[in-house]
Amino acid sequence: MSADTTAHVAAAGDTPQLPVSRVAGMERFAVAAQRHGALAVLLLGSAVAAMAFPAFATADNLAGIAIQSSTLMIVAVGMTFVIITGGIDLSVGSVFALGGVLAAWASQWGVLPAVLLPLVVCGGIGLLNGLVIAYAGLAPFIVTLASLLGARGLLLAVTDEGAATYLVPGESALLDLGRGTLFGLGWPVYLAVLLGAGAALLLQRSRYGQAVFAIGGNEEAAALMGLPVARVKVTTYLISGLLAGAAGVLNAARLGSGVTILGVGMELDAIAAVVIGGTLLTGGAGSVGGTFCGVLLLGVIQNVINQIGNLTSSVQSVVSGAFLAVVVVTQTYLSRARRLR
Amino acid sequence: MTDSAEPVLEVRDLSKRFPGVRALEAVNLTVAPGEVHALVGENGAGKSTLIKVLTGVHRADAGEVRYQGRPVTFRRPLDAQRAGISTIYQEVNLIPLLSVARNLFLGREPRRFGLVDVRRMNREAGQTLSRYGVDVDVTRPLRSLSLGAQQMVALARAVAVDARVLIMDEPTSSLEPREVETLFRLVRQLNAGGVAVVYVSHRLDELYQLCDRVTVLRDGRVVHTGPMADLDRLRLVSTMLGRDLAQVRQEGLTRFRAAPPPRDAPPVLTVDRLRKRHVLRDVSFTVRPGEVTGLGGLLGSGRSETAKAIVGALPLDGGEITVAGRRLRRPTPRRAIRAGVALLPEDRKAEGIVPDLSVRENIVLAAMPRLARAGIVTRDRQDRLVETFMKRLRIRASSPEQRAGDLSGGNQQKLLLARWLCLNPKLLLLDEPTRGIDVGAKAEVQELIGELARDGLGVVLISSDLEELVEGAERVVVLRAGAVVGELVGDDVSEHAIMSALATGEGPDDDR
Amino acid sequence: MTAEPATITPAGPGRATLIRHLQHYGVYAAVLALVVFNALFTDHFLDLANLRTQLVQVAPVVIVALGMALVIGTEGVDLSVGSVMALAAAVLPLYLGFGAWPAAAMALLAGVAAGALNGTLVAVVGLQPIVATLALLVAGRGIALVLADGQLKQLRNPQVLGWGTDDVLGVPVVVAVAVVLAGLVGFAVHRTTYGRQLVAIGGNRPAAQLAGLPVRRVLIVTYVLSGLFAALAGVLATARLTASDPSAIGNLIELSAITAVVVGGTPLTGGRVRVLGTVAGALLIQLLRATLIKHDVPDSTAQMAQAVIILVAVYLARERRSR
Repeated sequence: MSADTTAHVAAAGDTPQLPVSRVAGMERFAVAAQRHGALAVLLLGSAVAAMAFPAFATADNLAGIAIQSSTLMIVAVGMTFVIITGGIDLSVGSVFALGGVLAAWASQWGVLPAVLLPLVVCGGIGLLNGLVIAYAGLAPFIVTLASLLGARGLLLAVTDEGAATYLVPGESALLDLGRGTLFGLGWPVYLAVLLGAGAALLLQRSRYGQAVFAIGGNEEAAALMGLPVARVKVTTYLISGLLAGAAGVLNAARLGSGVTILGVGMELDAIAAVVIGGTLLTGGAGSVGGTFCGVLLLGVIQNVINQIGNLTSSVQSVVSGAFLAVVVVTQTYLSRARRLR
Repeated sequence: MTDSAEPVLEVRDLSKRFPGVRALEAVNLTVAPGEVHALVGENGAGKSTLIKVLTGVHRADAGEVRYQGRPVTFRRPLDAQRAGISTIYQEVNLIPLLSVARNLFLGREPRRFGLVDVRRMNREAGQTLSRYGVDVDVTRPLRSLSLGAQQMVALARAVAVDARVLIMDEPTSSLEPREVETLFRLVRQLNAGGVAVVYVSHRLDELYQLCDRVTVLRDGRVVHTGPMADLDRLRLVSTMLGRDLAQVRQEGLTRFRAAPPPRDAPPVLTVDRLRKRHVLRDVSFTVRPGEVTGLGGLLGSGRSETAKAIVGALPLDGGEITVAGRRLRRPTPRRAIRAGVALLPEDRKAEGIVPDLSVRENIVLAAMPRLARAGIVTRDRQDRLVETFMKRLRIRASSPEQRAGDLSGGNQQKLLLARWLCLNPKLLLLDEPTRGIDVGAKAEVQELIGELARDGLGVVLISSDLEELVEGAERVVVLRAGAVVGELVGDDVSEHAIMSALATGEGPDDDR
Repeated sequence: MTAEPATITPAGPGRATLIRHLQHYGVYAAVLALVVFNALFTDHFLDLANLRTQLVQVAPVVIVALGMALVIGTEGVDLSVGSVMALAAAVLPLYLGFGAWPAAAMALLAGVAAGALNGTLVAVVGLQPIVATLALLVAGRGIALVLADGQLKQLRNPQVLGWGTDDVLGVPVVVAVAVVLAGLVGFAVHRTTYGRQLVAIGGNRPAAQLAGLPVRRVLIVTYVLSGLFAALAGVLATARLTASDPSAIGNLIELSAITAVVVGGTPLTGGRVRVLGTVAGALLIQLLRATLIKHDVPDSTAQMAQAVIILVAVYLARERRSR
């Protein structure tokens, strides 16, 4: 504890000097890396890509990356909430696919049902996850793994065992939502940004958000401080389910159909993006902004892989897996270095 | 401070039972506004339970708690907090990754247009803390503060909600001396404002420095209550430990000591200046084969930590450990065991027994590799060994295949002893070997300890039971606040001498 | 500060005993019930051909679940098994030029390497098992697809194809392997120092550490075994498919394996490994699916049923510990 940098105390009378801080360069670096690491890597990666591939920095290509990333962004925002409480939601991929199929199916009765039905069902699945995790005390990974299976079962049931593909009627306004553009960017991009901004505000500037952080940081202390731990946990899974469903709706709107095989492994991309964005997998710290950077980083990597051409797109998951491992191990060592001091 | 003032908190005939244990028995406690009331007692005395009842974690079976003159029942910690009873725990119970200001205001953040008003929150947090002498950037994560400053934040949070009663449960255990001073200054400041403080600590100096009145608990009962100044240190210690001074001098002893070993026998253990921040300060002593060396001290004195450090379960900042003439470098449990050291841990449930395994497997756990051929367990060798030890230690189990978690405490303890004896250790460290086991088993274990020493083992006996130390140990090393404050040998070992050392013995650079 | 006084709470006998019996024997009773039901109501269920099919289908799950049972016994979990299967499937055709056995050895080696990575992250770096194995879950299949160039590869090596079709003593190779492995794992758990140490570590980690057990080594070996078994399952499944298909093989098998282990009575909190129960758990899931499908219950319902079974099993297992 030799590195007390800023030890100062109120001058009141003969107050003994109180060593207030144990911040060292390490801690500052850790905090900065946590907060802005993803952004830095994103900017650096984009700069390199722009220099290496002339086609990268074109408006069309960038808009393409944005629209490709928009659905994952929405899903990853929900995942951010869950992971900050120290949980995990493995069901989002299935729920996303289910949302898309339900939207396409219900679009025959109009836009409103096409939006509401998936949200209700997917929100319901999230709520169920949350209730079982918070009140029965089962491990989040196993509960959400089970609902991954359950949601896929439901999807198969809706699509006649996967045989039926529902198309969004050509005249449906739903298609405009998915395909319309404004200033060259697709509507889903604006929606994702809007949802993200709302989520960020909720997380940073509401009492609810403070409770989310507190529960992930120290659940026992949070309970002793009088926070409604179980209720907050349930709502994070509800948010995750809702957002996964919403992403599914947008995707169906963009594709014009509910594709059943979508979303396999999407939970992994979402988790990778969240963690790369600086959210601790052990909970207690993270941000929606970081998650956005993480998603865009994955999008840029995917784009670069496509530009290189002779690589299969699965290099993507190798890179994100490696990123994940490096980030998590680094986080562990940084926090351990702090503890030992 | 004055007996005439209307008490702010009053406990009347409070009783609480847990299955099989009477945790509190007709406890009375009266706390007046503006006083600091010390609550002391050894392990199992009931302090924790009492605090938990007061803060709404547990509910009492009988008796009542009166707060500001009215009977109250708190169903959860939040109720107690809302009513004005706040608690500060030994370990800072805040959220390390959140900013200082957010910790301070968690759950009651100032809001503007429905959103948390961060600027106002930070400003007010800064003001509050600087009033307490903590001048710090409140936007930084809490964990970047020193533990002392973190404890201040906890204190500020606790009193920010208009607390009338503040319960402090060993708040200084990981603080630096000057941090303690700041904390005390703050407590006095609060006192002056009429806040009553219930102060739990094992540090006698702190108690005398800070507290007006004291209540001593032992075995769930109040054994003394009165002004702090009327009870000198020696009497306080003897009351806590339940030893009547006059009686102690007269009573005869039933020793289970081994015969004194030859003086020139080379020591089986030498520890030299073991150091660990906040925990151990230059602890040195030696243990000879065939001798029981006692480690005495109140709770939190560093007894158990010393034992853990010797077997490498607690990383040290410095110091040397020598076992049978060979230096134990960078000790780990495996290395210590190979050197012939065995530790019977204090918490046998959490650190000793593997509850789902059988008695047999628990006994041979450490010796298993030695009993196996090419990694394959050989039952006949195990069975023979297990049978020998079950007989020798009189372990009462329905069969060697009984689940270890279902044994009684005494038999579990003997089982753990057997686990270590299988390894033919040179040195046995026994941390509270007889706590929480019934009288019969206790006598058996004590007898066994003497027997083992007579067989030539070096034994370190850690016990808060003075009688056990005096009866069992050839030599007693007394620890206080992580430092050796006395060493008694042979006929000098007496309860009175140990208590004197506990109360007033001088340690190196005794700065508390 | 003070530990609460030691208390031994005798739980309400009826309910507790019921739950314990359910945990211990429920899985066998359920398997038996399904067999009886099918024997009575399903046409051709007891035909040799059908029984063969059922066993061949369940065998890879059993193999993976055996490794998973060991990992769960240490209070861990291995989410990467499906990806490791894909990895093994991708590696196999790359080395077929050297012959079937060397190629299989390389595939298994890939599994060992994956397991070693997981084990190191858990035991040395100190990551939570879920987090540690998540990285490989994400990357493993990607690596496999990169190795395979994203394509399905037909296998023509007769030796490898033989592993998928041949019999040993009248039993399909993959089933025989599963049976032998179950025996070996059972032996390892009950009769070797490794197995007993594993159970002790899962049952009480601090106690195991203080008793001088080689905690790190045991953990690493356990994850290596899990990787090895997954790779073995990958090779055998590939042989049966007659093609290396890293994009599909082993998808969601971690879920089936965890379910088999938990349904079989191994608690997620570690300290116990029930090998026979795990085998029965895998059989139960297989039979349940087969039964539902044979009686024209759609696959969707079967999946949802499996989801419910997992939750119930985990809930029941939890009950025992919280006492």
